[in-house]
Amino acid sequence: MSGDYRKMWESIGLDLEAHDQLLQALPPTYGEVYLTQENRPAMDYFDFVVNEIHGLRIQELQDHKAAGGKVIGTFCVFVPEEIIHAAGGICIGLCSGIEIGSAQAEKVLPRSVCPLIKSFMGFKLARVCPYFESCDMVVGETTCDGKKKAFEILNDYVPVHVMEVPQMKREKDRLLWKGEVGDFLAGVEEVTGKRVTAESLARSVREVNGKRRALARLSGLRKNSPAPISGKDSLLIEQIAMYDDVERFTLKVNQLCDELEQRVRDGVGVHSPGAPRIIVTGTPMAIPNWKVPHIIESSGAVIVAEELCTGLRYFENTVPEDSESMDQSLEAIAERYLNINCACFTPNTGRMEKLVSLAGEYNADGIIHCSLSFCDPYMIEANRVEKVLKEKGIPMLKIETDYGQEDVGQLKTRIEAFLEMIS
Amino acid sequence: MLSAGIDIGSRTIALVVSNGKEIVQSAVVDTGFDPVKKAAEMAAGLPREVSVTATGYGRHAAKSGFAGQIITEIKAHALGAGHLFPGARTVLDIGGQDMKVILLDEKGNVEDFQMNDKCAAGTGKFLEVMAVAMGYGSAGDFGEDSLSGVPGTRISSMCTVFAESEAVSLAHRGADRRDIGRALHVSVIERAFGLIERVGGDLPLVFTGGVALNPCIVQLLRERIKGPVLVPENPQLVGALGAALKGLGKK
Repeated sequence: MSGDYRKMWESIGLDLEAHDQLLQALPPTYGEVYLTQENRPAMDYFDFVVNEIHGLRIQELQDHKAAGGKVIGTFCVFVPEEIIHAAGGICIGLCSGIEIGSAQAEKVLPRSVCPLIKSFMGFKLARVCPYFESCDMVVGETTCDGKKKAFEILNDYVPVHVMEVPQMKREKDRLLWKGEVGDFLAGVEEVTGKRVTAESLARSVREVNGKRRALARLSGLRKNSPAPISGKDSLLIEQIAMYDDVERFTLKVNQLCDELEQRVRDGVGVHSPGAPRIIVTGTPMAIPNWKVPHIIESSGAVIVAEELCTGLRYFENTVPEDSESMDQSLEAIAERYLNINCACFTPNTGRMEKLVSLAGEYNADGIIHCSLSFCDPYMIEANRVEKVLKEKGIPMLKIETDYGQEDVGQLKTRIEAFLEMIS
Repeated sequence: MLSAGIDIGSRTIALVVSNGKEIVQSAVVDTGFDPVKKAAEMAAGLPREVSVTATGYGRHAAKSGFAGQIITEIKAHALGAGHLFPGARTVLDIGGQDMKVILLDEKGNVEDFQMNDKCAAGTGKFLEVMAVAMGYGSAGDFGEDSLSGVPGTRISSMCTVFAESEAVSLAHRGADRRDIGRALHVSVIERAFGLIERVGGDLPLVFTGGVALNPCIVQLLRERIKGPVLVPENPQLVGALGAALKGLGKK
C-alpha cells in the first residue's frame, strides 16, 4: 500500500496488532498467482485496487461517511445493490476467501462449518476487516442454514437486516420476495436517512446495469479462442466488482474490454494453442481465494467462464430500465434477483440448463465443480449437475475444498488427471 | 528403444526401464527425507540415451530436475495396468497416502476416476500404523495373520488416529487380534468399494500399488466385488511402468 493508513485503521476500531499479522499472512501469492502470468492485458488498475484493498478504498469509504453517507455490507448476490445506491449508500461485499480469526470464530460457531461463514465471523470478532468496521448496517439472507443462523450471532456485534430468500420460485414465492425487497428499501432508507425516489432508483438501476453490462462484455470476449484474458484475471475483476466504486469500475472494465477486443482481432491470447477450455461452477470464490483457478491454469488449461456468485450469477441479466413508477421498479428488481440460479432453490434446474448452454457458447472441454467444505446445497446439487452433464457428454470433475493449502498437491493431481482425460 | 519411468510416491520410489514389451530393469526404494534427490540418483544411473518420465507426488520437482516429461499417477496406472492386463476396465491403486479408482474404456483410455479425500484413511499408511498398534513387525505379517480372522468385529472410525484407539480398546476387551486385524482390513475395503461404486467400476479389475501385496486385502476385495481381482506380479511398479510406456509414445 502506498500511504500510511494506521491512524485511519485505529480510528475505525481495528485491532492494529492483529491487523498487522493479517497483512503479513495475506497470501504472498498475489505476485506468484497474478504477476507471473504471461501476456497479461493491461491490468494495472485492478492490481492497484487489490494492493489498496485495506488502504485507499477504505479512505474513500471514510470520506463518504464523513460527508454523511452510509456504508452497507452484504454477503450475497441476492441483495439488491441498486437500492443502496439510490439512497446514497455504498454497497460492499463482505465475503472473504481467507482463513482468519478461526479461534475467535470458534468461540461462537461450531468447528465444522462452512469456511466462508467462519471467515466472516472471524474477521468481525477479531476486528481485522476495515470494511466490516466501516459498515453502518450489514445485510444477511437465508440462502443457507449456516448463514441464516450465523446472522443471529453476528447481530450481537453489528446490526443485521436479514432478507428472506424463498426456496422455490412459484408465484407466491415471487410475492414474498417482492415484499422482502420493499422491506429492504425501508430499512435502507432508515439507516441512510434518505428517501429513495422513483428518479433516484431509476438512475441507480441504470448505473448498476452498466456495471453488469461491462462484466458481461468481458465475459463474452472470453468465448473467443484463444481467450484474450485468463480466468484468474477475470475472477479478480469479478471479485473487485463487489467492493469498488460502481462508475469508476465500470469505466475501467470497459477500457480493458477495448483492449481485449483488439486482442481478439489480432488473434492474441493468454495461453498456448489447444489449451483445454474449462468452466468453473459451484460456491463463490471470495477474494483472495484463487486456489483452484490457479491450479487449473498453471496446469495448462484456461478458464473461460465462472458459473459462480463471483462470476456470471452476479452480473447476468439486467433490471429492465423502462419502469414508470417506484412499484414497477421494485417489481423489476425483485424479478431480476429471483432469477439467479442458486443452489438454495429446489429444484434448481435453471442452473443445469445454464451450464449446458454455457458449455456450448464458450466451447468448453470440461466443467470443474468446486464446492467449499460443509456447503450442503452445492455439494448435494453436484449430483444433479453431474447427471445432466453426463447425459450431454460434458466431462465434469467434482472438487471439495476449503481455504487451507494442505490439499493443493492432491487437487493438482486430480485436476491434471482430468485435463489429461479430456485432452 | 528403452524408456524409464519413475514413480515418486509418499512411501516409495519405483523405477522401471521398459522396451515397450517387458520390464528390463526395476528398483523400489524407500522415499526417505529427500525424495527428489534420491530419485535423481536413481535416474543418474541410467544410460544417457534413456528418456525419463516422472509420475507421483514428486513429479513436478522431478520435471525441474531430471525428468523429460511428467504424467499424473492416474494416467500412469491406467497405462501400466492396461499394458499388463489388456481389456482391464477398472484399476484400483492403493499406495502410501492415497487411494484411487480409475475407470477405463475398451481402448484403455481413462474415462473417469475418483480419489480419496485428503486424509490417510484407507491407505497403505493406515495399514502400517495399525500393524504397529497390533504388535506386528511388518504390514506384511499383519496382512498374512489377519487372513485367519473371523467376521463379526467392526471398526467404525475412518480416521487413522481414532481407528487405532478403537482397535486398541477392542484388544483390551479381549478380542482376538486376528479378528481386529480383519476388521481393520475390511474398513479399507469398504472405502475402496465406495470409490469403485462411485465410478461405476466394471470388471475385470486390476489392483495396483504396494497394498496389493497384502493377501488379506486382496482376499476381502475379491469377496466384496464378487469377482476376480487381477494383481500384477509387482503391483508397486505399475505406475513407473506406465510412465516408462508413456515415454515410448503410448497414449
